[in-house]
Amino acid sequence: MPALVIAIAPLVYLALRAIAGGATDALDPATLVPAGVRSLALAALVAVGAVAIGVPFAVLTVRTALPLRRLALVLGALPLVIPSYVGALTLLGALGPRGLLAQALEPLGVYRLPELDGLVGSTLVLILFTYPYVLLLAASALRRVDPALEQAARGMGRSTLDTFLRITLPQIRSAVIAGALLAALYAMSDFGVVSLLRCTTLTREAFLRYDALYDPAGAATVGLVLACLALLVVGAEQWTLRGSSLAARRRVRAREDVVPLPLGTARPIAIAFVLSITFFALVLPIAILVWWAISLVGRADIVSQLGTALPATANAVLVSAAAAIVCVVLALPIAALVARSSGRLPRAIESVSFVGYALPGIVVGLGLVFFATRSAPALYQTVALVVLAYTVRLLPQAIGGARSGWERVDPRFEQAARGMGRSPLHVLTRVTLPLAAPGVLTGAALVFLTAVKELPATLLLRPNGFNTPATLIWQKTSVAEYASAAIPALLLITISAVPVYLLLIRPEARSRS
Amino acid sequence: MRHLALLLTLLATCTAAAIIAGCGGSANSPTLVVYSGREQDLVGPLFEQFTKDTGIQLDVRYGESAELAATIREEGDASPADVFYAQDAGSVGVLEDHFAVLPQSDLTPIPARFRDPAGRWVGITGRVRVLAYNTDHLRDAQLPASVLALGAADWKLGDIGVAPTNASFVGFVSAMRLTEGDAKTKLFLTGLAGHAKTYQKNAQIIDAIATGEVDTGLVNHYYLYEKLASDPTAPVANHYFAPTDVGSFINVAPIAILKTAAHADEAQTFVQYLLTKAQVYYANTEGEREYPLNETQPGLERVRDLPPLADIPGPDVDLADLGHDLESTIAMIRDAGLIS
Repeated sequence: MPALVIAIAPLVYLALRAIAGGATDALDPATLVPAGVRSLALAALVAVGAVAIGVPFAVLTVRTALPLRRLALVLGALPLVIPSYVGALTLLGALGPRGLLAQALEPLGVYRLPELDGLVGSTLVLILFTYPYVLLLAASALRRVDPALEQAARGMGRSTLDTFLRITLPQIRSAVIAGALLAALYAMSDFGVVSLLRCTTLTREAFLRYDALYDPAGAATVGLVLACLALLVVGAEQWTLRGSSLAARRRVRAREDVVPLPLGTARPIAIAFVLSITFFALVLPIAILVWWAISLVGRADIVSQLGTALPATANAVLVSAAAAIVCVVLALPIAALVARSSGRLPRAIESVSFVGYALPGIVVGLGLVFFATRSAPALYQTVALVVLAYTVRLLPQAIGGARSGWERVDPRFEQAARGMGRSPLHVLTRVTLPLAAPGVLTGAALVFLTAVKELPATLLLRPNGFNTPATLIWQKTSVAEYASAAIPALLLITISAVPVYLLLIRPEARSRS
Repeated sequence: MRHLALLLTLLATCTAAAIIAGCGGSANSPTLVVYSGREQDLVGPLFEQFTKDTGIQLDVRYGESAELAATIREEGDASPADVFYAQDAGSVGVLEDHFAVLPQSDLTPIPARFRDPAGRWVGITGRVRVLAYNTDHLRDAQLPASVLALGAADWKLGDIGVAPTNASFVGFVSAMRLTEGDAKTKLFLTGLAGHAKTYQKNAQIIDAIATGEVDTGLVNHYYLYEKLASDPTAPVANHYFAPTDVGSFINVAPIAILKTAAHADEAQTFVQYLLTKAQVYYANTEGEREYPLNETQPGLERVRDLPPLADIPGPDVDLADLGHDLESTIAMIRDAGLIS
């Protein structure tokens, strides 16, 4: 029930605001339709792009004889920790019209580069920083695929590609689609990239209403339209997954070691693919940030900047960890119900919870300002409310992780334990949870990683004087002090890399050995 | 499983610690709560000086002006804020009903064009719209006396940087609608869109001018000085339009006290401080060249490398009128193709 309240709170707020404002101006189809089309197009293109990169990347690093494939998996997942706004800034710094590349090419007579701009530019940048959602979920699903089936197929003379398409792909389909959904909705809710690269989606439209028009009712109306489109996208996901939840229930079994597929002549292409993605999504952004940080030396007081940035980093870790715990606690019952029954209510809660994820953070933030000042003034402008905001926005990530964890648990283990006279609580804590733990932890880690870089809701709800690396980056970039923003950005990436490694990658790597 | 339990315990402990730490801060003596749409880098040192001078503690909430305005609106009567110090007149204009009337003695030294006629907000500093340009590509004498020339079809001086959704630009277009009428404004915007390059923020325009990505840009006058503070050799300068041209529109950074302020006396002291003692801070801070608006204050000489504010009457527009019909202003900017 608390999960239901949290899931529908943003919708209730939006409806109240939109109705109270009688915002008919905002409903002008001449602006809403193009923005809505752009939002949907961006979501669809980013989802397709994230799959096109994430799935091959997962297959190469999990199943083939790619050199250094475990390192490649780690590096491939890490762009997740770069806030997309920072990523866009660094890519502009490198590839923009007067960026480093342009400066390097000018002596060679190249004066105009194709511009990273609009829908195309936003799509490319967002793909680079969201494909890890697909990569991680697909890699984890690939490890669960029973190799016996594939061996059987190959034994019957099927080609490797045919086996992959007919046997392997269907088994990881639900994980890939779940990752694509996270990427698509992230793209819908993103404000930083689309405003930097000038692509007016519904989210940018909503911000425009706050920032230039001081029109919260209009912004809420735009938010409602966005929420409806998000539900449409979630509905499309569930439609593609219909009937597959039973198929996804794989037995957890001790597998014989899977023989990595030789790459043969495709080896150079595979290596080039992995290297180029890693270069643009990880190496280039970090190199630019380091370059900016170095340019500060001798120009600003780095010690005092670190003095601000380090406590801010600690703040972000604590608040995000708290959000991860709260999300997991709320997600477990829903995930258990969705994975184990065909009831409509848990599924409905799961779908509705995606609305908070697809909405711009400012909408969720203002909604909580509204509710907290009226019904829980003691919580207003405390860290507790920041945690609640993260929970509203990120609950679906925890539900998704927990659900996939639960689906891995073979009910027969639980039946056996109960048959031996164990209490239901004992079965839950000693059998089910340990088996579901990897999925649950993946969900918790995703929540943590997204929360730790969250900006708009943090700005609105934080206690006065409470900073995180994201608010410091905002503070510096709003006065165009990009170099100073590099220090909190690098700290943010460093702390995020720890859970990526511990929770997402190490278990995968270990399960191989 | 043991690892999971350990991890969860660890996280729970951290969370409890965070919440306790968070609550600890609120146990202090009553302090003045300021919502500041102005950047911490700019006003932070000034606020510290205020506390030193008066002994009044400040609890400052930094944010974007428009978002703080939306926050105050959502908070309603429960707003913890005592004072709202905004980046532009529009952000306070939409909240007029939330503010108390300021004492006449505070208002009088500020020229009437820089404050609310009903006395609910008052400008602390001002800024003039200018055309910043790349000094390697252009000379001041080549640039027009009226901003309207930027909308001409035969504009030949290269790309113009514009921040079409920025409050400063929207305010300027609203002013143009009041002085030139909607038909002329539409023509201007459509023409401008033909040779404009759009950005999110004014600071980005100045950077683009410095690198030569665009040749000129419509910005507020002080961004030049922020740029020169970090890069003294940047090839950028300001071109001022004719003093009464709508291009020379002047906007202010205003302050207001909430009706619901729990610390009304301290708020009064704060506003008075910014209008008097602090004026010299704005005039003398490195990289910051806004116009202090209380010219009865001593020590404002540094600003004299700028054209005196008294020489720029600006267009005949009332700042309090700008907030009306913003929707149509945005629609016109959009229809011209400046917001893609």
